[in-house]
Amino acid sequence: MTLQILVNGLVAGTTIGLGAIGLSLTYSILRFANFTQGDLIAWGAYLTLAVAGAIGGLLAGLGPAGPLAPFSFGWTLPVALLGGMALTVLLALGLDAVLFARLRARGADAIILVMAGFGASMALRAGLEFIFTSAPAYFTRELQIARPLGAGMRATPDQLLVLGLTAALVVALHLLVTRTATGRAMRAVGESPALAAVYGLDVAGVVRITWVIGASLACVAGTMSGLLVQIRPTMGFDLLLPLFAATILGGIGSIPGAMIGGLVIGLSESLAVQVLGAEWRAAAAFVVLVVVLLVRPSGLFGRGA
Amino acid sequence: MEILAYAAFFLTVAMTYATICLGLNVQWGQTGLFNVGVAAFVGLGAYVSAILTTPEATGRIGGFGLPIAAGWLGAAAAGGVLALLVGALTIRLRSDYLAIATFGVAVALQLVFQNAEPLTGGAFGIGFIPRPFAALQREALAFALTNLALSGAVVLALYLALERLARSPWGRALRAVREDETAAESLGKSPLRLRLEAFVLGGMVMGLAGAVQAHFIGFIAPANYLPALTFQVWAMLILGGSGNNRGAILGAVVVWAIWAATAALIAQLVPAGEQARASSLQLVAIGVALCAILLWRPQGLLPEHRAISRHLSRRP
Amino acid sequence: MTALSIRGLVAGYDPDLPIVKEVSIEVPEGQVLAILGPNGAGKSTLIRAVAGMVPTFGGEVRLAGRDVTGAPAHALARAGLGFVPQTENVFTRLSIRENLQIAAELLPRPARAERIAAMLAMFPDLGSRPEAAAGSLSGGQRQMLAAARALLSAPPVLILDEPSAGLSPKLVGQVFQTLRRIAEDGVTLVLVEQNVRAALELADRAVVLVDGRLAHDAPARDLIGNPLLGRLFLGGRAEQAA
Repeated sequence: MTLQILVNGLVAGTTIGLGAIGLSLTYSILRFANFTQGDLIAWGAYLTLAVAGAIGGLLAGLGPAGPLAPFSFGWTLPVALLGGMALTVLLALGLDAVLFARLRARGADAIILVMAGFGASMALRAGLEFIFTSAPAYFTRELQIARPLGAGMRATPDQLLVLGLTAALVVALHLLVTRTATGRAMRAVGESPALAAVYGLDVAGVVRITWVIGASLACVAGTMSGLLVQIRPTMGFDLLLPLFAATILGGIGSIPGAMIGGLVIGLSESLAVQVLGAEWRAAAAFVVLVVVLLVRPSGLFGRGA
Repeated sequence: MEILAYAAFFLTVAMTYATICLGLNVQWGQTGLFNVGVAAFVGLGAYVSAILTTPEATGRIGGFGLPIAAGWLGAAAAGGVLALLVGALTIRLRSDYLAIATFGVAVALQLVFQNAEPLTGGAFGIGFIPRPFAALQREALAFALTNLALSGAVVLALYLALERLARSPWGRALRAVREDETAAESLGKSPLRLRLEAFVLGGMVMGLAGAVQAHFIGFIAPANYLPALTFQVWAMLILGGSGNNRGAILGAVVVWAIWAATAALIAQLVPAGEQARASSLQLVAIGVALCAILLWRPQGLLPEHRAISRHLSRRP
Repeated sequence: MTALSIRGLVAGYDPDLPIVKEVSIEVPEGQVLAILGPNGAGKSTLIRAVAGMVPTFGGEVRLAGRDVTGAPAHALARAGLGFVPQTENVFTRLSIRENLQIAAELLPRPARAERIAAMLAMFPDLGSRPEAAAGSLSGGQRQMLAAARALLSAPPVLILDEPSAGLSPKLVGQVFQTLRRIAEDGVTLVLVEQNVRAALELADRAVVLVDGRLAHDAPARDLIGNPLLGRLFLGGRAEQAA
């Protein structure tokens, strides 16, 4: 067993963590388990791919100038990512307006929202398959050589970039939530939407911001995963159980918790692949979920189930 | 003749779906539990029954050669045990945790079906599952009709039993817990225990349904128990009218009819290379249909005056 | 000038089962109004409906002449209606300062810091450790924070739902002392109260709600020690007093 598991696990964990942060926020502020989060990640990747293709370039992520050394992608990818994020946000806001907001306005139970999300996720996923077929797609065909990090570990420049970017994002989000008026409003609505309204907060606005953040993170997570591994319609759905496990492990509503949860799941998956084989990867998230539910359902930083 | 045989075949499959829906209705319609892992319970029942009844196969456990009825009983028991485990883990927690846990179980069990070759035959699945009225296999119509009668009888028996159960003291206690949990508790009913019992009963019925399906078709593979199955069943129940046993059966037949019809259309009209893509449209349609029903006609085709519509609009 | 005008208000959770049945009250600027009545009379529902937290099915509510019927709670807060719910009236997971900062957003930016400082000074218990989580405060201190939060934006009308609920007599005294100071500043105060005595000592006027309707409306001092009140509370009618 090499320490490479650590690298693999951390890298996989960042995608899970970013998605879990979005899931945790919608869970705590919108108060329902959003089964579409996984598919938002997949749509995010495909939308970025589409924008990159629209911008041009021989191979979507490269751009006319070729890759930005030492990375495997060209300038079109970061630019396309911004476009992808905007489109994913529109998709999420649209989904909320058409489906969830209407059910909320009717006073529907949370479990109905979960059910609607479940139905929407199937439609979203199959929609991707219809539009793009189930063949895997890639941002770039540039191969990367893994650089040694010491202690028998290796990582590609792309992987290191992903790790660094994720760390920066998590710090930025944490500051947003703890130090800004927006973050205060989000925490207030997360505790009690009714009281927030009495305090004068525009709860609908906070709901929108939550979707914006959640969808943006989903797009970033999807693009990163698409860059490091591949893009395919089920990539989001395959992440759904790890996302839920990470969110519950970290405690609903906690950003650091969701990221820590994601990293733990990533590392567990890496371990499972090493010990049992790649086909058993998905079992890791399940085992973590069961353990958390048995031992401490409120999670590491949560507030009681 | 051929059309009759096909119709009988179609209806038989519809009846097996109806069985699953009846089980799901106990969990959702009567108890309000959202089981996102229906495919796992159905698949478990199918595999257990298959393992118990199939002849020996290399590299996989088997050769018990038990009669079909024993397989079906085993399947129901397995579904019940799985429900007991999952229920015991989550019934005390918030209701969406049950949804997440059953989802996880479906993923985990799918992994087992796919990869645990010594147990489940892996990606190839299990074949040579003994079929009821096997002697008639050469006569398409007779075979189809007898199997239809059998699966129809299963549905009828379950329907009568479940309706009876709903009106029994247990059923009334369950309804009391749904309508007003605190009041029911003060009268000595235990909401947690009642819910768990309902969940287990539903799991048993789903396991049985899996076995009935498996024995009718004669072979099973992991690909039969994907999330798409869970979606189909939920669409059937919500469309038909959740909370309602008749609605469950009606929904199963209607949705299965639409599914089979669209599948036939795709096979006829769409060029071979594009068929996978066209099939994904079926799933888009199911997802959209589920959302549409929840939005515009949450009570489904056959509304039940009490039960589920309560969840769909409530004042703060 | 009428600070708050309620006309024919019908409100509740189910349109077929209204809890508030055509209540009309005109509250002049600067008045302290107590809303009394037996349990279940609909007093809380009435003010919660005025504050935009309970659906209204008929009638009209005006704030300083402006029609605000059916307006959502946050719009009412911005229009100058402060509301302090009875329970769960502060964000326990946020600090005292953060609770006040949210309220301060109703004010123009330059005024915010000064108003927060003013509230922390007015309530020393809060000012001594403003970074503490509101959840760590005692019941009485939470009521103080709830009041401070509502006062911070200097609303012309302040509505309180049972401010003395669950508090010890000494704390009740402190709460009502604070309310007196607020009233002396010219704020129009409306309070629902079960502590009839404290309410009548503070208020200028009292209305009695019985079974969702206004059963009596009189200056507060006329009701102090008046056996009529007891009769109303126990299900009698105002006419029996004659």
